[in-house]
Amino acid sequence: MNRFGFSLSKGRQINYDTNDRSAAEYVIAGEPSLLACIECGGCASTCTSGNFTSFSLRQLNILLKRGENDSLRDELRKCMLCGKCTLVCPRGVNTRNVILLAMEAFNKSQDYAV
Amino acid sequence: MQFDPFIIPFNIGLYFILGYVVLRSLRWFMELSRPDKLRLQRGFFGRAFGQSLREIFMESLLHRSIFKANFRLGYMHMSLAFGWFLLIFFGTIEADIFGEKHLNAPYKAIFFKFFNPEHGRSGFEAAYSFLMDLILAFILTGLLLAIVKRFFSPVVGMKKTTKHTATDRIALTALWLIFPSRLIAESLTSGAYGTGSFLTGSLGNVLADFLPAGRMAYPFWWLYSIALGTFFIMLPVTRYMHIPTELFLIFMRNSGIRTGDRQGTYSEVETFSCSSCGICIDACQLNFAAGVTDIQGAYLLKNLRNGADTSRIAANCLMCGRCDSKCPVGIELSPIRMIRRRSGDAQWSYRNLYNGYLRNRQSLPQVKKELKPSFGFLRKDDPDQADVVYFAGCMTHLTPSISRAMINILEASGLSYSFLDKGGGVCCGRPLMLAGKDHEAREVINHNSGLIWKSGAKILVTSCPICFKVFRESYHLDAEVLHHSQFIKRLVDTGKIKMNFLRKKVVYHSPCDLGRGSGIYSEPKELLAHISRLEPGSFEDDNSLCCGGSLANAVIGSKGRKKIASDMAGKLTAMHPDILATACPLCKKTISNATGVRVADIAELAAEALVRKTVPGFVQAQSVSSDAPDAVSGVNSANPGNLSRVCPVN
Repeated sequence: MNRFGFSLSKGRQINYDTNDRSAAEYVIAGEPSLLACIECGGCASTCTSGNFTSFSLRQLNILLKRGENDSLRDELRKCMLCGKCTLVCPRGVNTRNVILLAMEAFNKSQDYAV
Repeated sequence: MQFDPFIIPFNIGLYFILGYVVLRSLRWFMELSRPDKLRLQRGFFGRAFGQSLREIFMESLLHRSIFKANFRLGYMHMSLAFGWFLLIFFGTIEADIFGEKHLNAPYKAIFFKFFNPEHGRSGFEAAYSFLMDLILAFILTGLLLAIVKRFFSPVVGMKKTTKHTATDRIALTALWLIFPSRLIAESLTSGAYGTGSFLTGSLGNVLADFLPAGRMAYPFWWLYSIALGTFFIMLPVTRYMHIPTELFLIFMRNSGIRTGDRQGTYSEVETFSCSSCGICIDACQLNFAAGVTDIQGAYLLKNLRNGADTSRIAANCLMCGRCDSKCPVGIELSPIRMIRRRSGDAQWSYRNLYNGYLRNRQSLPQVKKELKPSFGFLRKDDPDQADVVYFAGCMTHLTPSISRAMINILEASGLSYSFLDKGGGVCCGRPLMLAGKDHEAREVINHNSGLIWKSGAKILVTSCPICFKVFRESYHLDAEVLHHSQFIKRLVDTGKIKMNFLRKKVVYHSPCDLGRGSGIYSEPKELLAHISRLEPGSFEDDNSLCCGGSLANAVIGSKGRKKIASDMAGKLTAMHPDILATACPLCKKTISNATGVRVADIAELAAEALVRKTVPGFVQAQSVSSDAPDAVSGVNSANPGNLSRVCPVN
């Protein structure tokens, strides 16, 4: 098949029934201000780490809410916790705590140990 | 041999606590690290010994620090501690002189009146009784204050008093019963025999008029003994453990032992030295500005003593250090909090009563396991070579007017400099440390250290006190680390740049990490006094407030931050200054969201005051580029027009 330049790509549908949203629930319980996020991307544009690599808090928030934890857990560790995103957030989301809580959630559950 | 069964509870309690304190001290000494043991030995046989004795007298007995902070609270603590000490001291002498023989068992002094009811009729004996009554009255006034304080704390000038657990309440009740029961027992005995001085004698006479004083005294002597015994036995599991522990702490501190960054004997001794006086609670801005009332130092230590989970308390703190600077016992609360943060939400494993007395120190959580590297994406670029390296820091990139001002000053100084993180650098690592992630922070620190070493810098200037603190404490650099306020001050002193005088009334806000965190108070104020009319504020130096923006607290969120910022901005602008000056980009950003007064960094003011030199290659810029982050925050921070006079032409 490869010889013809085709390949089978992984399915990209988001299955909310099978995705594990426990991490998202843990984060939202601890930091309800995440619900105010309008996904404007201000955090991603000011990010210190984002200056060096493809790291985006906006993307992380979306992945977290969808429950796509596999992609999330390694991405999270690129954050330097400098707090610039919290200062620029127009909705007052306490982004730094969102990341800390998400790290905590993964640390707590053995399945998603960072 | 004078004996009566009622002394048994007292004797049990006394010998228990004496034995316990000796055992506990020995155990603490054994668990010290070897260098700390040597320090303590050297301190014990050196100058530190006299210093410690003096401190024990001034602090543990007279409570001088509490007096300085709050007179009525100081009186309360002093009357109980010093008064009790005097009562024991003079009581022992009394038993020695007037008792049946010399060198008595301790109970003879405590229950002297019971065994010598005829004592104190006339002459020297009466004078001595008067002294003993005076001491008892002194203690009782303090006790009265303590009881009123428990139910109505503003009496001693405290907004809040500490909350108690059930064990604390039992010990507290026992403590409260000790002196009134002594008063009544002595009075009744005196009344029956017609002895006693102005307090016990008069009260005894009144009581003896309508009560069978002789028979009624006995139960009160029992009560007195039981109260003392209960108090001594409860002591190790309550806050009253601070009475013996503080002596040990003073010796250790004067010998040069510090908290450090690991759980150890010293931090445990500190934990038990807290008397829960509540001064840290009143000092805490989270308490009086944001209404968070259960996370202060006294509660952190109380939960540590009780073996409760402290992860939530440890995380919810601005780390401004106000409590550290105010603690009358000198407990280093912030380092203890950092130890808890590093160990994450690991639980302490003892909660039963046996472990309360003899805890198994081996089961304490150690530093969390180390993780694999996470910042592999950082590029290893070669920085420009220069004598002076300027590191703006993340927060300064959000307030570009500060870095622009610094570049103007650096250009005007004519020094060879490079702007290390011009294109947006790597974080300094302190925010990671504050979150308890030392391993990750070390990666970032190594990266930055490499860059700074390669640049060949002799001086590293930073605009951000957060970076400044970590550069000084956790980096191993060849370069001298200066905050920009120090650097500008030095440029002015050496005549590299000259300053005009700004006709503005300025109040200076000392940032936590620069002031209390790094001890830099004088340079920023001297620089401001040089270029403007610096007004003294009511929150100076050690007493300066936190802006609320601190990265150390991830829990409070934007509403809590706003409350703290509004509160502190209101206090600092009470004298209506033209400019509220600070030396931290994060403070600037946080405060300017909370006040209408212009908030400016010291570097901006210095750049404004800079005497313009005609430098070849530089022309006056026409327009001021907009200060984007300030525009986002919705505050028009009156960007000075002359700031860009010496901007290089791009």
